Amino acid sequence: MTKSELIDALAARTELTKARAELVVNCVFDSMTESLQRGEGIEIRGFGSFTVRPYKPYSGRNPRTGAPVPVPAKRLPFFKVGKELKELVNNSRHLAITGGDDSDD
Amino acid sequence: MTKAEIVQALYTRVGGFSKKESADIVDLVFEMMKETLGRGEKIKISGFGNFVLRDKRQRPGRNPQTGDPIKISERRVLTFKASQILKQALNPRNGQPAAPNGQPAAAGAAPAPAAAPGAGGGVASADPVVKE
Repeated sequence: MTKSELIDALAARTELTKARAELVVNCVFDSMTESLQRGEGIEIRGFGSFTVRPYKPYSGRNPRTGAPVPVPAKRLPFFKVGKELKELVNNSRHLAITGGDDSDD
Repeated sequence: MTKAEIVQALYTRVGGFSKKESADIVDLVFEMMKETLGRGEKIKISGFGNFVLRDKRQRPGRNPQTGDPIKISERRVLTFKASQILKQALNPRNGQPAAPNGQPAAAGAAPAPAAAPGAGGGVASADPVVKE
């Protein structure tokens, strides 16, 4: 499922137009992004929680040339799956995983 | 941030919904995402990240408390891969540390209590906007 499929599904399950559903879905993920930007975690009961983890700078390497590359300190989001969703996902083991590859943004 | 604050954002920014409708819609969005993942389908939210499913084989493990060897059964797990856009949003000023080193960026800390308790609760839906 992609974001636009989520928008379509929301419109289909409600009285919302697709345009309104799009505003809704964008608002949800925008407000979550803003919370993480503030360094604030997000807790969605039954779904999971997002936290921001700080990483120290380290010296990496260019995998092609082997040349050392400094990697600056950074913050990365981390998702911990909620108990209910974890069980739900594990119970889907008998089904094939669908939804295309994991690439892209 | 809790669901109540997402509900509040929807209520004030998008507008046109009652608080109850806003709460039901936010519940529905996460409910639909759960349903999707629960049928083995991954989710890709461009600009935010991908919720990816992965099948793990059975492997040996240990009870961390007693050190006893145990079998970790095969399982399906969910992981989140943040999009480049989200990663960049957390790390402004390219190349510069976003937060001074050693300063906890609220990581792992419990989010502040909900501003409006009850607004995001799992209230049963008797709502004109959300179809059952």
